[in-house]
Amino acid sequence: MSTQSGNDLSYVRTEMIPEKEPPLAETGIIKWVRENLFAGWMNSLLTLVSLYVIWFIVSHIFPWFANSIWDAGSLTECREVRDARFGSDVSSACFAVISDRWQQLIFGFYPSSGYWRPLAALLVFLAALYPVLFSEAPRKLLLLSAADPFVMFMLLWGGSIWGPIAVAVGFGVGIASYRIALPIVGNLFAIIASVVVPVLYWLFLSGVIASALSSVLPIGLPFVESKDFGGFTLSFIIGISGIILSLPLGILLALGRQSDMLIINKISVAFIEVIRGVPLIVWLFTASLLLNYFLPPGTNFDLMLRVIIMVTLFSAAYIAEVVRGGLAALPRGQYEAADSLGLDYWKAMRLIILPQALKISIPGIVNTFIGLFKDTTLVVFIGLLDPIGLSNAIRASTDWNGVYWELFVFIGLLFFICCFSMGRYSLYLEKKLQREHR
Amino acid sequence: MKKTVLFGAMAVAGLAAGAASAATLDDVRAAGTLRCGVSTGLPGFAAPDANGVWEGFDVAVCRAVAAAVLGDANAVDFSPLTTQVRFTALASGEIDLLARNTTWTFSRDVDLKNEFVGVNYYDGQGFMARRDLGVTSAKELDGATVCIQTGTTTELNLADFFRTNNISYEPVPIETNAEAQQQYLAGACDVYTTDASGLAATRATFENPGDHVILPEIISKEPLGPLVRHGDQDWGDIVRWTLNGLIAAEELGITSANVAELAAGTNNPEINRMLGSEGELGAMLGLDADWLVNVIGSVGNYGEIFEANIGESTPIGLARGLNAQWTDGGLLYSPPFR
Repeated sequence: MSTQSGNDLSYVRTEMIPEKEPPLAETGIIKWVRENLFAGWMNSLLTLVSLYVIWFIVSHIFPWFANSIWDAGSLTECREVRDARFGSDVSSACFAVISDRWQQLIFGFYPSSGYWRPLAALLVFLAALYPVLFSEAPRKLLLLSAADPFVMFMLLWGGSIWGPIAVAVGFGVGIASYRIALPIVGNLFAIIASVVVPVLYWLFLSGVIASALSSVLPIGLPFVESKDFGGFTLSFIIGISGIILSLPLGILLALGRQSDMLIINKISVAFIEVIRGVPLIVWLFTASLLLNYFLPPGTNFDLMLRVIIMVTLFSAAYIAEVVRGGLAALPRGQYEAADSLGLDYWKAMRLIILPQALKISIPGIVNTFIGLFKDTTLVVFIGLLDPIGLSNAIRASTDWNGVYWELFVFIGLLFFICCFSMGRYSLYLEKKLQREHR
Repeated sequence: MKKTVLFGAMAVAGLAAGAASAATLDDVRAAGTLRCGVSTGLPGFAAPDANGVWEGFDVAVCRAVAAAVLGDANAVDFSPLTTQVRFTALASGEIDLLARNTTWTFSRDVDLKNEFVGVNYYDGQGFMARRDLGVTSAKELDGATVCIQTGTTTELNLADFFRTNNISYEPVPIETNAEAQQQYLAGACDVYTTDASGLAATRATFENPGDHVILPEIISKEPLGPLVRHGDQDWGDIVRWTLNGLIAAEELGITSANVAELAAGTNNPEINRMLGSEGELGAMLGLDADWLVNVIGSVGNYGEIFEANIGESTPIGLARGLNAQWTDGGLLYSPPFR
C-alpha cells in the first residue's frame, strides 16, 4: 500500500474539491416551487387552478379598492365622480359613506361634543386591563381596576358623580358587614349578611345619599341616555360588560355544577341547560318584549341593561361548561392534595384547582368571548342600532340608499381587529402559562 | 308564599298598567317628550341624518303630534323598532305612538288591540322588472322568479294574485329590502315585489333606473297609518285630529309660510276654528288653542311634508297618486273641523 502512496498516483485527490453549487433544480426557490407546487401533474393542475382563482378574485376586488372614492356627499355624487375620473364601466368603492358617517358607525347618536368620553372610557378600560392581563404589572394596580367599572359608567352615561360613588360604597358596606358579622354569628351568616346588607343599602339608602350629595356638591358630566348609544360604542359596551360579568358567573356555575350540595347543583344544571338550550336571539326577544309585560308600566328598565343581562347570562352558561371541562381534566390527585394540605373549599379552589383548570380552559374561554362579541350584532333584531343596524339606518337616508359593501367592509374590519387581538392575546397567555411540555 | 307575593305584584302591575294607559296626554306632558316608534330605517319615511336627527314622512307625524301636545316639534324621543317588536312596544307602553309605515288591517286593529287613527299614506303592492324582459303587465309573469320578503303581507298577497290569475311563479325568499335589492340586481330573480313606494325608492338608487320598469298592477291595498293603544280614546283623538289637521290644512291652503298670518283671523270660519281664533276646538282636545298653528308652523301641511320627504322633487320621486286631496281625485279626505 505504501508504494501506491505519494504523488505518482495522479487519480487520487490530495485536497478536497470546493463544494459545488447544488443543481439549480434542487435548491432555493425553484426546489421549493417544484416540491410544493408542481410535484406531479395533479399538483400542478391544482396549483394552476388555485392561481387562477386567486387572480380572478384579486383582479375583481383590487380595482374596486384602488379606485375608491372618499369625498362625495351622496351615492349619486360618488357615481358622478367615478364617471369623471375613471369612466362609467369601472368598478369603484364609494367609501365616501364612511367618511360622511363614520362618527355614527363608531359612536351612534352620542352627542358629538362628548365623543371624548367613550374614547376616555376605552382608555380607562385598557388601563384597567393591563394589571389583569399582564402579570408583570404591579399588583396594586388591581385596586384601580376594581374602581374602573364605576369610572367607565361615569364617563359613558355621565350624570352626577355621586351616583356611581354611592353604588361603589355598597361593596365596601358588604365587606365591612362580613368582617363585623364574622366573629359574632359565624361564617355562613356572615356571608349572608355580606349579601343582604349591601342589597338593602342599594335599595333604600344609596339613592338618598347620592341625591343629597349631588344637591350639596353638584359635580358631574352631562347625562347621556342609553338610546343615544349606538354603533361600535354599543357593541363594545355590551360585549365588554358581558365578558367581564360572565367570567365570574360562569366559574361559579361550573363550581356549582360540580358541587355535592343538591340544591346548588340542581339549580346550576337547570340554569346552564335552559340557557344553553335556547338560542340567544330568543333571549334577546325575551329581554325586549316579554319583560315589558311583567314589569309595572312606567318602570323604565333600560333596554340596553336588559340586553347586557341576557347576554351575560347566555355567555355565563357557556363559560360554565368550558370551565367544567377544565375542572374535569384535572387529575383527582390535585383535589386530594388540596384536601391534605388542610385547605378549606374556597382556598383549595382559589389556590390549587382553579388556576390549573382555568389555564386549560383559556382557548375555550376566549373562543366564547369572541363569539359573544360578534353575537352582539344580533341586537339589531330588537331595534338597537349597533353597527349593522346603523348601516341599515344610513342606507335609509336618500343620500346613501344603495350602498352595501363599503359599510359591511368597514364594520367587518373593525370587528376583525377586535376579535383577532383577543385571539392573539389568548395565544400569548397560553405560551406564557405553559408548564409541562418545555 | 313567595309565589303569592310574586303573583300579587304582577296583578298590581297589571292594574297599574290599566291606570297608566288611561292618561297618555298627562304622561307625555309630565315627561316633556313624546315617545314615538319609527322604522329602523326606511328611505323617505324614517332615517337619521348625519347628525342623528330623524327625518322622513312618518317622522313628521311624530313631530306634528309633539308640536300639538308640547308645542315643540323636536320634543320627540324616537324608538327605532323592527317589524317584530313594534306592536309589543306600543302595547307595553314603551312608546306613546307608532308611526312606522304599518298597514291598517282588521286583525291588527281588532285582535292586537291597536287603534289606527287614520291613513297617512295609501300604498299598494307592485312589481318591478328589468326593462329588457319585455314585460308590460304582471299577468305576463308566468313562470317568473320573484324576490319576496318573507313573513309580510306582501308574501300572502303575491300568492293570492298568482292563484287568482292562474299563473305560476317561483318565490325567492329574502329577509330585508337591502338583500332584495342585491338579489334583484344580481339577477337572482326576474321580479321584485314590495310596496310601490318601496319599489320607487329602490329603483331610485340603481345606477340606471331607466333599465327597470314598475309594472302598472297594484295588487293590494296597503293603507299605512299611525296607531295608538286601545283604551285611551282621548289620546287617540289628539293623534287623529292632528293628522286630519295636516290634511285639512293642505285642502284649505294653510302652509307653514302663511299659518302665522292666517292665525290672526280670516274670512273662512273653518280656518279660524282650526287655528284657534274662533271656537274652542283645542280646549276640547285638552290642548292649547293654537295647537294646529304649532303643528303647521313647525312641520308644514300634508302636501309640504309629502314634497319634502318623498315627493317628486326628492330622489324617491313618488307622485301624489292616491295620496292627493279628494278635490284632486285622490283619497285624502279630512272630516270637517266643526
